[in-house]
Order: sequence, then structure tokens, then C-alpha cells
Amino acid sequence: MSLQALKVPKWGLSMEEGAVVEWHVAEGDEVSPGDELLEVETSKIANAVESPVAGRVVRIVAQPGETLAVGGLLAVIAEPGSSPDAAEIDAFVADFQASFVPGGDADEGASAGPRSIDVGGARISYLAAGSGEATPLVLVHGFGGDANNWLFNLTELAGTRPVYALDLPGHGASTKAVGEGTLASLAELLLGFLDALGIPRAHLAGHSMGGGVVLEATRRAPERVASLALLAPAGLGAGINAGYLQGFIAGQSRRDMKPVLAQLFCDESLVSRDMINDILKVKRLDGVTAALETLMAGVFPDGRQAVSLRGVLDDPARPVLVIWGREDAIADPADADGLPAHVRVERLASVGHMPHMEAAGQVNRLLQAHLG
Amino acid sequence: MAKKTIREAINEALRQEMARDPDVIIIGEDVSGGAGGSGEEDAYGGVMGVTKGLIGEFGRERVIDTPISESAIMGAAAGAATTGLRPVAELMFVDFVGVCFDQIMNQAAKFRYMFGGKARTPMVLRTMIGAGFRAAAQHSQSLYHLFTAVPGLKCVIPSNAYDAKGLMIQAIRDDDPVIFFEHKALYDIADDVPDEAYTIPFGEANFTRDGDDVTIVAFSRMVHIANEVADKLGREGVSVEVLDPRTSSPLDTDSILESVEKTGRLVIVDESAARCGLAGDIAGMVAQEGFEFLRAPIRQVTVPHTPVPFAPTLEDAYIPSPAKVETAVRQLLEARPRRMSA
Repeated sequence: MSLQALKVPKWGLSMEEGAVVEWHVAEGDEVSPGDELLEVETSKIANAVESPVAGRVVRIVAQPGETLAVGGLLAVIAEPGSSPDAAEIDAFVADFQASFVPGGDADEGASAGPRSIDVGGARISYLAAGSGEATPLVLVHGFGGDANNWLFNLTELAGTRPVYALDLPGHGASTKAVGEGTLASLAELLLGFLDALGIPRAHLAGHSMGGGVVLEATRRAPERVASLALLAPAGLGAGINAGYLQGFIAGQSRRDMKPVLAQLFCDESLVSRDMINDILKVKRLDGVTAALETLMAGVFPDGRQAVSLRGVLDDPARPVLVIWGREDAIADPADADGLPAHVRVERLASVGHMPHMEAAGQVNRLLQAHLG
Repeated sequence: MAKKTIREAINEALRQEMARDPDVIIIGEDVSGGAGGSGEEDAYGGVMGVTKGLIGEFGRERVIDTPISESAIMGAAAGAATTGLRPVAELMFVDFVGVCFDQIMNQAAKFRYMFGGKARTPMVLRTMIGAGFRAAAQHSQSLYHLFTAVPGLKCVIPSNAYDAKGLMIQAIRDDDPVIFFEHKALYDIADDVPDEAYTIPFGEANFTRDGDDVTIVAFSRMVHIANEVADKLGREGVSVEVLDPRTSSPLDTDSILESVEKTGRLVIVDESAARCGLAGDIAGMVAQEGFEFLRAPIRQVTVPHTPVPFAPTLEDAYIPSPAKVETAVRQLLEARPRRMSA
């Protein structure tokens, strides 16, 4: 078929609809894969929708301000070189709308609901997407985060391999007890998680504190780590924004949390009420504050990073990708200076501490290329 | 995450706190049912079944059926609280407060202050509110405004199951007397409720809809009516923000003012009272603290100043309806901004 539907993507399990904020292209524009076509906003967050194909935008169906169900028709893209007439496009749109059932397309969310597994007595909740024989990818979130931080990445990266995103202990829906609460104890937990899922060897990607966790796991069991992707990671420097960590632990209300969470992003408007509510819902659970305090003392004692794991990157046989937002206000991008030559370092302009959310398309492409 | 009704959410909160803390007890009329008789134990579990099953787990020592004497229930609870227990006392219908208000207003609410901060009164008073049950004028009121007016009491008015569980656990752990108002019409409303224990701090409003054109502040059942209106008007392109304060004392005035600063228009929907109720209280606060934000007069959609009627048609007309709320919102949008003098 020469015409292709551009549909509202599903970002995270709870997304049911998205609103068109603005179009970056007009009808008639030629587009390439990865081009940002428009901005879509959910109740939680806004993000760019990228072109999945090369071609020409021949019809913009959803106008700014319109709200569509996940899977709804945003635009029609024609194959390069084809020149469908208006009647063909009308018929394509009519066919799509006639057969579209909101919420009926199970394929739109390749990731099912969260599952949980016992890891040495701890209940660990995780999301999984994709399948196949390729080496799996395991995503590890940072301090105070959870598996949902990967909402723009999990299914995107699952096209050619299984991808798992876990909630570390003390986070999300996992057991709240964190043990000694150090990178060492979290790395042991991560390796136990791989054992429990029967994964002998994996690509590991970690964000912030999760970056320190995957580095420490690699130090302990190098043979099990096919490659490392580190997003604004801990473990490569001494400093950390301790004020952020303390504010995150202490914050009780939406009004407390908003200025704290704003430090995570270059574009502070990404911090929506729903995003704050989701974080508060976890923070209110019994045991979470104590868990975060234990982790703070174990991983960032006195507001400094407890260990340096730069030596883990010395092995040139293991591919390493480091991604850092230039506007990161939590972990210093300069921590990536002076790493061995085989380590690929990508610094992203106008991006804060959450590159996988704030520059999701770019990060997904870098990770795809890194994973091969 | 499992869907649970408000009834189940409150029951789970009570069960988890009783399991966690042996000082938590339940006391009230028919909270289990069958005490002193030869009939079935746990015959009622409360008149609406909220405390069902707790006696089987915790026994009659901790789930205490009382005679029909509200003053005895409240007096016992207030006294027990000062000695270190954490009683959850039930006042079956809030309308019955007339016979036990001294124990609440003049005793429990005052202990901390009159004993120089040396006494704590960690009691929870659960009680039912709300019209629409064809239960006539003595079983249908929403008297949370009476308690809000008393310093020393904290007033919790949940609208959904997630809030009900977190606010109940917070209420039990709180060291002051907390009045917890449960609307009869909401017990079967379900939403996602974590299995684990969690607390929601008092004085933290919840925005149930985000909007830019009009703010609606509503409590309890009225939150659902406000949401319905917001969704309907949203389809017409009118953007309505709905704010559920969750607690009337303390009241999250900052969030109300923050929202009114953005929208410039305020509707308050309140089932408590036409005079000296929560709507009038909030309208007064906004007029005093946020007058410069207002682009139109504040609208209050309340019950009329009359007892709740028994005739079904009149009772239906008594309760603030979506149509009345919608009319109020439209009036604000049509109101011309006052000319500013130079």
C-alpha cells in the first residue's frame, strides 16, 4: 500500500488518549524516519511523535487541540515517489475511521501490565516487552524513579529483542525494604533478577543511580554483561545534587514536589500535576521514605557519591554508550570527561537529567545503534 | 493495581492499622452486630457493612458493640484516646451529633489545648453524610460544616476509594481528633487502590480535572458531579478545573488560590449548607485573599436553606445537580469582566 497511517502512540500503560499540541510539518512536506512530526500531550507528559517512515505527509487529520484515543489517526503519509489523489486519501481515511476501535488494538501497547517475581525473598515488579532469541536488554531506573520512567523507550527498543524494566527495591511496586541500600546490594539484586528470569547475559542500561547499579553489576559479573548504556549515571564522579535528593525525600505535597522535580528537566513545563501525583502515590506508601533515606545514606553519604566505578569501563571488549544532557542539574555531565577512548559519549543539548524522557527519540536511536 | 470500592478501601485501612497497631480499636452501634444476643455474630459489620469481618480477626475486645447511646460512644472514645488507645468510633449518621456534641466539641477538641499540650486525643470519628437515600430530614444531612467550625477537630471528606484509604490511615495515626465523613451514595464507587498501607497528608487538595477557564471546588459526592460537568463542557471546548480539597480542616487554601489565579472564575459546589457552610467559607476566603484574580463573581451551588425533604421529587431537587452546576459555570463565562477604573 502506498499510504500509511500515522497513529497516536501509546506511552506507558495508563495512556488512553493524547491531545495534539502542534504540528511541525505541513501537508506536502517530505519526511524521513525519526523526523519530529508533531507534539502530543497526555495528562502526564508531552512528547514528540516521530515519523516511522520516509515519505510525504499528504493529509493532516488531527488538528491542534483535538484529543484522540491511542491508535487514532493523526495523519496520512504517502510512500516516496507515489502521488495519491485526494479521493484515494479520502477513502483511506474513511476506511481507517470506520474500522478503528478505541482501546481495541492490543498491539498498540506491546507491554502488558506489570509482573512480579521473587528475587531472594524480595518481590520485584517489572515490565516486559518484545521477545526473540537476541540478548535481552534490562533497564534500571534511578533514585526515586520506577519502571514507568522508560515509557517512551520500553516498547520502542523491543522490536528486535526482549526488554525488561524493573522497579528497584524501595521503588514502584517492588518490596520496600532495601537491605543495606548500597550500589553493591542493588547490583546483587539486579544479578538475582537476571537469575530469576533465566537470563544468563544481558545488555544493561541504567539511569542515574541505576547507572551506578549496572556498573557495579558489571564489576561483579563482567561475563554476564554484553554491553552498557549509561544515562546521566552515578559511579563516574564524586558530586551529586544533594539538595535535590533531600528535597525529593522530604517532599510531602504537590507544592513541595514541583520545584524539586523541575530540576530534573531542561523544560520545566514537562512536570505535570499527574506526573507529580504518580510520584507522590509511591512516596506515600509505608516504607518508601525509610527506603529512600537508607539509599541516600548508602549510595550518596554526606551528599557525595560513595564509590567510583570508572575502572569498570577499562575493558575495550565491552561496548559502552554514555548519554548525558548538557543541562543536567542533578549529575555533572563533566563526569563523562576523560573516559577511555572506546567509550562513546553523547551529550545532548537542551536536555536535563532525564534524557530518555526529554529526548526520547534521540536516545532510542542512540540505544538502537549501540545495541546493534 | 486492584479496583476497590470506598467501602472496601476503608475496611482495608481499618484492618491494616488494627494489625499494625494493637492500640487501634473500633467502637460503635452494630459495628459487628449481635453483641449480647443469641443471634449471628458480625451480623451487621456496621449499618453499611464497612466494619464487616473485623471482629473475626480482632475479637470483641477490639471491635466493641455499644448500646444506643452516642454520648457514651464519643465520651468513651475521647477518654480512651487520652489514655493511649487509638479508637475509631462510629456515629452512625452525622445527624445524631446533637446528642453527643459536647463530647466532641467541648471535650475531645479541647484536651490538647486545655491541658497545655500535654494531652493527645488520637481518636477518629467515622460518620455518614449525604442526601438522596429517601431517609428523611434526620438521616440525610451533610453537617461537616459544623465540625469544620470547631478548632481542634480535623475534618476529612473523601470522594474516592484511593483517598478514603490513605486519609483513613492518616486519620488513625494522627494524634488529634479526626472526623471522617463518608457519603452514603459513594460506598460502591471503585478505583485503583494499592494493597499496601499508605497515608495522604491532610490539607493537600487533589485536582481531579485540569482546566484554564473556570475552577470548581467540590467535596465528597459533589466532586463527581463537578467532574461530570467538566467533562461535558470540555467537549464544547470549555476548560474546567476541578479541585477536591479532601479535608475541610485543614483547608488547602493555597491550591484553591493557585487555581483561581489561573482561571479567574470560581464555582463552589457544597452539600453542607446554604448558610454558614463550606461554600460560603471558601467564597469568603477567596474574596479576601484572591479578589484581584477574579474576573467574575464567585458562584455558590449549595443545597437550599431547608431541611432535607422526604418527598422523593423534592429531595432530588434539593441536591446540587449537574444542571445547576453547569448553569453556574456558563453564567461565569458569560459575565463581562468589570471595567477597571483608571
